Amino acid sequence: MTITRRLTLTTIAALGALSFAPAAWAQEKTDFKVAWSIYVGWMPWGYAADTGIVDKWGDKYGISIEVTQFNDYVESINQYTAGGYDAVTLTNMDGLSIPSAGGVDTTAVIVGDFSDGNDAVFIKGAGGLAEIVGRDVNLVEFSVSHYLLARALDSVGLSERDVKVINTADPDMVGAFQTADVTAMVTWNPMVSEIVAFPDAVKVFDSSQISGEIIDLMVANTEVLADNPKFGQALAGIWYETASLMTSDTDEGAAARAAMGAASGTDQVGFEAQMAATKLFVDPAEAVAFTSSADLGATMDLVRAFLFDKGLLTPGATSQDAIGIKLPDGTILGDTANVKFRFDNKYMQMAADGGL
Amino acid sequence: MRLINQQLSPPMATALKFAPFALLIVAYLLGSATRLAENPNDKLLPALSSISTAVDLMAFTPDRRTGDYLLWTDTWSSMKRLSAGLGISTALALVIGICVGIIPFLRALLVPFVNFVSMVPPLALLPILFISVGLGETSKIALIVIGVAPIMIRDLAQTVLALPREQIVKAETLSASSWLIALRIVLPQVMPRLLGSLRLQLGPAFLFLIAAEAISADSGLGYRIFLVRRYLSMDVIFPYVAWITFLAASADFAIDRLRRRLFPWSELEGGR
Repeated sequence: MTITRRLTLTTIAALGALSFAPAAWAQEKTDFKVAWSIYVGWMPWGYAADTGIVDKWGDKYGISIEVTQFNDYVESINQYTAGGYDAVTLTNMDGLSIPSAGGVDTTAVIVGDFSDGNDAVFIKGAGGLAEIVGRDVNLVEFSVSHYLLARALDSVGLSERDVKVINTADPDMVGAFQTADVTAMVTWNPMVSEIVAFPDAVKVFDSSQISGEIIDLMVANTEVLADNPKFGQALAGIWYETASLMTSDTDEGAAARAAMGAASGTDQVGFEAQMAATKLFVDPAEAVAFTSSADLGATMDLVRAFLFDKGLLTPGATSQDAIGIKLPDGTILGDTANVKFRFDNKYMQMAADGGL
Repeated sequence: MRLINQQLSPPMATALKFAPFALLIVAYLLGSATRLAENPNDKLLPALSSISTAVDLMAFTPDRRTGDYLLWTDTWSSMKRLSAGLGISTALALVIGICVGIIPFLRALLVPFVNFVSMVPPLALLPILFISVGLGETSKIALIVIGVAPIMIRDLAQTVLALPREQIVKAETLSASSWLIALRIVLPQVMPRLLGSLRLQLGPAFLFLIAAEAISADSGLGYRIFLVRRYLSMDVIFPYVAWITFLAASADFAIDRLRRRLFPWSELEGGR
């Protein structure tokens, strides 16, 4: 009786432990999982998966890449952080605050684009940004919208103390803007293009005023990447082939834009409008230049200061230096013993040199 | 001996009572240790020490930005919404339930409608609710009422209808009016059932509260969980879930005690 019982206990406990155990990372492997979510700068990943571009590059390097679309952006990052995926699409800020702060060493393989108007601050009624004082501001708290608000307020000498932030889920933004008690909002595309069409909406600030600070990346687990450089090469191959296809002025290009527009709930015209508010890096050399410039370090410095101020840079962080960020030139911002976020030019450079 | 006639010794019964809890804790600790050995910063299954740090941070340290004790302000906001929603639902159930139960005219008028409305999935109404009554407190309380009240009304009406017809006839022979019958025969007998029904609706009410807070809020238990979910802070989410469970279980217990105290006759054994 006791023995049976103890055995049962041990088995159940072991089963429990097993089910929680992280997926085996590292070592050379041939099957990779990539997660992405709907956003103008990430649509190429879905399109590449649908049209066989992913398989083509996978075959070239003898690996298979499974591309999964998530309807929920945060969930896709959480899945990556938990070890279920090898790579994920995210912004520079969320990369630092979610996987890196969670101890998962993460490398930006591809710097795909930066927001150049895709994120915006709206107020109702006439006036400028200063009118926001004292209002309730609806936004997704701790997202890039929150960062944009902080930068916007900063630009007119205000601080977050001058407004009240109301956390609001992103699918409900457009509906919420039409209710009477919402008078200020920060959100991103495709919601921005719908809100801007409302007669009482005034766009008082957008991400083109902090150009290059909200960066959209394809990141991968550093260990996986180090053990499987082919994976990085394939990702770069997929990205640049799809990006040049979608920006080309040909029938194929138009068809790609229409397909991506449809997949993101709009059409070709709507999608092209969103592309106009996005600085897409089609030319790998341009992406390399952007990633290597000193501006990136300055941006990451602003981002980590923001995250630290909001308490998102690991709970026990005593300064914004808690997590090390490694830049392409080898400089490290923050703790050199705890580097968890890296920008790596290698694969983009290979694409620029035609070495893929 | 048949399985159904098994006699448990008191220590055995106690051991069994705690076994599932102990098992859960052991499984968690093992899983947590495995993951933390792999990655000391893992957030999915934090160690007990980081959970207790988080509890200390949320409950006993003023927030850096606002100076509030977050757990308590969250609890206060959520409890206000919950009690308003459940209070309104209980009052509606009492009035409409009794009316529908004893007045044929109202029964014909309202029963099909209430039955129909009770089948509307409240969460599907959420977007409509937010646009029609705004993102403020009203929509959150309204969601709880829409989700909980129809079921309580139906339950109470059923209880009224199930009262022995003889009692009503007897009261009528003693020349009681409809009003008097409602007040003196029906009301006292359905009150315990109303409290029982309220207990059963605590779970759904919490569900609707958390769903509403997840969409738009600046404080509340559900708000905090969905906010910290953004950066995988399980060290905050676990204590919050435990706290919500504790609050719900306490409310359940308290309402049952209240029923026994107020209506001792409604408990067959040991009522006091």
